[in-house]
Amino acid sequence: MIIEWLTAFFLVAGAGFMLIAALGLVRMPDLLTRMHATTKAGVLGAGLIMVGAAIFIGQLTVVVKAVAVIAFLILTAPVAAHAIGRAGYFVGVPLWSQTHTDELEGRYDPETHILASSPEKTSIKEGRAQGGDRPES
Amino acid sequence: MFDYAIFLAYALLSLALVLSFVRLVRGPSLPDRVVALELLASLTVGFIGVAVVATGRSAFLDVAMVLALTAFLAAIAFARYLEKGGHRIDN
Repeated sequence: MIIEWLTAFFLVAGAGFMLIAALGLVRMPDLLTRMHATTKAGVLGAGLIMVGAAIFIGQLTVVVKAVAVIAFLILTAPVAAHAIGRAGYFVGVPLWSQTHTDELEGRYDPETHILASSPEKTSIKEGRAQGGDRPES
Repeated sequence: MFDYAIFLAYALLSLALVLSFVRLVRGPSLPDRVVALELLASLTVGFIGVAVVATGRSAFLDVAMVLALTAFLAAIAFARYLEKGGHRIDN
C-alpha cells in the first residue's frame, strides 16, 4: 500500500516537473533560458520517474538499472547543455533583448572559434611573442 | 487510486510532449530545435519509466538507458556540427 502511494507520488511529481520543463521550453524568451528550463527540470523529472519505477518493482537488478539511468542523465545533461549553449553562441543565436551582461562579447573570434581571455586579442599575441607566461586556452 | 496516478502521469507527460513539439516546429533557430529534441528524448525516458510501473515489465528500463545514451550522443553531434559546419545566423 505504502509502496503504491510512494510510487504514485514520484511518478506524478516527475511528470509534473517534465511538464514544467516543456512549459519553460515554450515560454522562455531565448535559447539559453530555454536550456536553463529544460536541462534541470527535465533531468529532475526523468530521475523522479525512475525512482518511482525502482520503488515499485523493488528488485535489486531493477534498482541498479534505475540508478544507472539517473546517474547517466545527471552526468550527461550538463555536458550536452554546455555543448549546445556554446554552439548556439558561436552560431550567433540572438540573446534576449533584456540581457544586460554578455561577458563573451568581443572575446570570440568567429573565424577561428577561439575565445580570448581579453577583448584586445592583438595585445595577447604580442604578449605571447614576448615570452609572456599566459597559458594556452 | 493507483491507476488514476498512472493516468495522470501519462497525461502530464503527453501535454509536455505536445508543448515541446510546439517548440520543435516553431523554434527560430537550429539550437532551439536541438534543445526541444533533447527534451523529447528525456520525456520518452519518463514515458518508459511510467510504462515500467504500468505494465510491471522491468526490461523496458534497458530501453530507457540506451535512449538516454543515444540522445546525449545526438546532442553532442549536433553541437559539433553547429560549431564546425553550421552557418552563422547574424550575417
